[in-house]
Amino acid sequence: MARNSDSRDLFPGALEIMILQSLRHKPMHGYALVKHIQQVSNELLQVEEGSLYPALQRMLREGLLKSKEGISAKGRPTRIYQVTDSGIRHLERELSSFGKMFDGITRVLAFSQP
Amino acid sequence: MNPLPRLFGRTRRYTDIDISIEEHIQERADELEAAGMARKEAEQTARREFGNVALLQQRSREQWQWPAVESLLADLRFTLRRLRKSPGFAATVLLTLAIGIGANTAVFSVVDGVLLRPLPYPEPGQLVSLWLNAPGAPGLANFQNGLLLSPSMYFTFSEHNHAFQSLGVFAPDTANVTGLAQPEQAHTLLVSNGVLQSLAVPPLLGRWLSRDDQDPHAAKRVILSYGYWQRRFGDDRSVVGRSIQLDSRTVEIVGVMPRGFRVVDRDFDLLVPLQFDRGTLKLAGFGYNGIGRLKPGVSIAQSNADIFPLIETWMHTFSNGPGTNPFYYRVWKVSPSFRSLKDQVIGNVSNVLWVVMATVGLVMLIACVNIANLLLVRAESRQHELSIRAALGAGWGRIARELLMESLLLGLLGGFFAIGVAYAGLRLLIAMGPANLPRLSEVTLDGRSLLFTFAVALVSGLLFGSIPALRYAHSRAAAALSGASRTASASRTRQRSRNVLVIAQVAMALVLLVSALLMIRTFASMRNVDPGFSDPMHLATLRIFVPDLLVADPVQVTHVQNEITDRIAAIPGVTSVGFSAAAPMEGMDPNWDEMGVEGKVYPGGEPPMRLFNYVSPGFFNTMGTSLLAGREYTWDDIYGLRNNIIVSENFARDNWGSAPAAIGKRIRQFSDMPWQVVIGVVQDVRHNGVDEKAPEIVYWPAMIRSPYTRTPTIDVPRAASFVVRSQRAGSEALVADIQRAVWSVNGNLPVANPATMQDIYGRSMARTSFTLTMLAIAGTMALLLGIIGIYGVISYAVSQRTREIGIRLALGSQKSELKWMFVRSALVLTVTGVAIGVVIAAALTQSMKSLLFGISPLDPLTYVVVPMVLCASAAIASYLPARRAAGVNPVEALRVD
Repeated sequence: MARNSDSRDLFPGALEIMILQSLRHKPMHGYALVKHIQQVSNELLQVEEGSLYPALQRMLREGLLKSKEGISAKGRPTRIYQVTDSGIRHLERELSSFGKMFDGITRVLAFSQP
Repeated sequence: MNPLPRLFGRTRRYTDIDISIEEHIQERADELEAAGMARKEAEQTARREFGNVALLQQRSREQWQWPAVESLLADLRFTLRRLRKSPGFAATVLLTLAIGIGANTAVFSVVDGVLLRPLPYPEPGQLVSLWLNAPGAPGLANFQNGLLLSPSMYFTFSEHNHAFQSLGVFAPDTANVTGLAQPEQAHTLLVSNGVLQSLAVPPLLGRWLSRDDQDPHAAKRVILSYGYWQRRFGDDRSVVGRSIQLDSRTVEIVGVMPRGFRVVDRDFDLLVPLQFDRGTLKLAGFGYNGIGRLKPGVSIAQSNADIFPLIETWMHTFSNGPGTNPFYYRVWKVSPSFRSLKDQVIGNVSNVLWVVMATVGLVMLIACVNIANLLLVRAESRQHELSIRAALGAGWGRIARELLMESLLLGLLGGFFAIGVAYAGLRLLIAMGPANLPRLSEVTLDGRSLLFTFAVALVSGLLFGSIPALRYAHSRAAAALSGASRTASASRTRQRSRNVLVIAQVAMALVLLVSALLMIRTFASMRNVDPGFSDPMHLATLRIFVPDLLVADPVQVTHVQNEITDRIAAIPGVTSVGFSAAAPMEGMDPNWDEMGVEGKVYPGGEPPMRLFNYVSPGFFNTMGTSLLAGREYTWDDIYGLRNNIIVSENFARDNWGSAPAAIGKRIRQFSDMPWQVVIGVVQDVRHNGVDEKAPEIVYWPAMIRSPYTRTPTIDVPRAASFVVRSQRAGSEALVADIQRAVWSVNGNLPVANPATMQDIYGRSMARTSFTLTMLAIAGTMALLLGIIGIYGVISYAVSQRTREIGIRLALGSQKSELKWMFVRSALVLTVTGVAIGVVIAAALTQSMKSLLFGISPLDPLTYVVVPMVLCASAAIASYLPARRAAGVNPVEALRVD
């Protein structure tokens, strides 16, 4: 039912991890989040708005995030997203499984190089 | 995640999304503006970069939605709005459905409570009714109960069987209870050991009756029913161990049975143990109902095989006294034909109930057809819209869903209102139902009934909804959009589905009307039967029992009865009084035995068995049973123990050719008895009900020398039905006067079962009148629905063909010709429906055979009248719209659009 917008990412779940990791660092509103990921990734990663907002809503629904009313840097009303405890647990599970996956991929790639 | 908070609190989420996205765009625009873009351009660019804002908002919102349900809800809202916009249509459909489904639920509740539910005993499947077949003893072994058991059979079977956990016999009786309040007659059930053990319902207080209580020398003990306990002892739990006076004898209360407990299908006040003296038992005395509980795993066939050889054992063990032949009963060909207790309880009522259930089901079908027709018209008017939607890409499933949604919603709403109708209907049904409808107390509107309502609502919604859904969801966009509906007339195919529905409706209405008319004719022919008595409205009846502890001497009993008769006769307004052992149609056979005619040789040596009744002087005069020859008994005949006898007309004709020829002829019961001289012949009496053949009856005087004892003893009917001819019959005042008259003879004698002969007579026709009423209601509904259906179809055809009518008129068609054109099309449909209906009715009414009396299921009159009524109704129903068609102004008609 929920459309899987994550498929546009490098791999499924990547956007989710990045959102969680970023918000764990500091609660942010949507635009700040986009900017943050862009800057931290050295402009290598561009988060598409088309994926971001549905993903945020899905994570809110799943209880990984919560949102509260807030004010943007320019003083406009917006919604600030922050990670919940269950979001942090989820992030850690995902990180360890990604770690294993990266490890595996790295080994396979290292082997195929003569 | 729980969907509920998801569905509520959603508006806030949606606002959050909008605010977030808006801020995002603004911030980006700020950035672009800072980089030197004009504000307006910056905002536009920011929006463009962001993408389709509305779509993203929608995508984000969808995270909180449940798309399948949401779109269903949207459809639902749309449907509701459409229904609100046509309140006339909605009200018609809902009313039809509420009545239709309600009637079905009410009847289902009865069918369920009476036929489908297991009996209220533990492991009811193990319970059997000990039914004996005895083809050699016609009369004694009747259709209703087979051959009842004798006490000696009970002992033989219970002592030697291998198939039963327990078995017992019981018989209804009455007893006078004194010492509590006014003397009253209580309904008792005489039960042997094994009856309560078989039914296995534990007592509320105290204990069951046991084998020891059956000992004739044991103290007398009794069990109370819940109702009697409440009525007489007001919930007093210390009642066990107390004593009451039963037929002037002190008996101890040992238990109280729980609420609702009945023995098979009998209510009772008191359970009294049968106390047979085993040593003096004879073979005869076939007056006891048998009941048994099979051992686990034993089938009814096995139990039959187990008991069959015991019939011989029984004849070897007991006798009817010295000099009698115990193997006489071989000619009766007695064999066990046990049946499940439930079959026995339900009896012949299942036929009636299924007919009624089928009837209301059929009415429901007709109602569904009508609604389908209405929906077709509605869908038709939406065809343009639907076609456009189909052209824009709506799949047929999507459109069918919407059409079905409307009908399902109607169905379920109708079902909801139907619950109220069912509740009222059920009360009506129970009030109207035959008094002898078994298990009526178990009928309720419960969860099963509600489930049934829901199922019917759902199924009928699908049924009448699927027709328009199938018809229109597929509608070819091009055909409808090309504007076909705006040119001449509706094409034939568009009218076809409605025509088929009307034909089906007419056919079903015909079946119902035929059944209803058959029942009406049955009722009429039952009313035409001379029951053998006259003016039952003005005949009061009551029963009086003189127990032997109150009046020991039989001759004295007759004196008491004689005195009661005289005292009642002296009451103002009473014309005449008499009594007999059983009044006609009371459901009692006082006795059956063989009766030989002087000079007649019988094949097989034994004369056939005849129904015996015992009557007082004046009984026939009071009943209005005409005396065809000779005279009635006088009190002198009675006290003089004269060897006189009165017989019924059919007995006289059978043996001597005519009633007058019988006078002076002689008959006797056994060869060692004196001959009885026939002094009177009375007209035949339908003793077993209007629809049963009048049996040949031998009327003994109310006091005789007992034929069953070796020492000369006097026998009298201690329980007698008194009949009182009076204009005041049926009034409380007369009953009170009679009560006083009886008490003036003996203050301990109660008056039981006061009624009028009309009540008894009506009860014997209750099954017929109940079925008749139900079918008549259903038939009328079917006819009305059918007329509405025909009217609807023709009037719709007229409205669709206005333009064609205009052209015809403009070209010079006669108005009468036009009218006839529409009426003819209605008649074609009706005649087709009638033809199909006649075939179905001819087949279905065969199953009603047992309910009919005096007419055949293919009664010609019925099959002529009903089609005529239907055709006439169709003609009228179609004439009204046809007249409108003829009134069309050609100029107006052609100017449409």
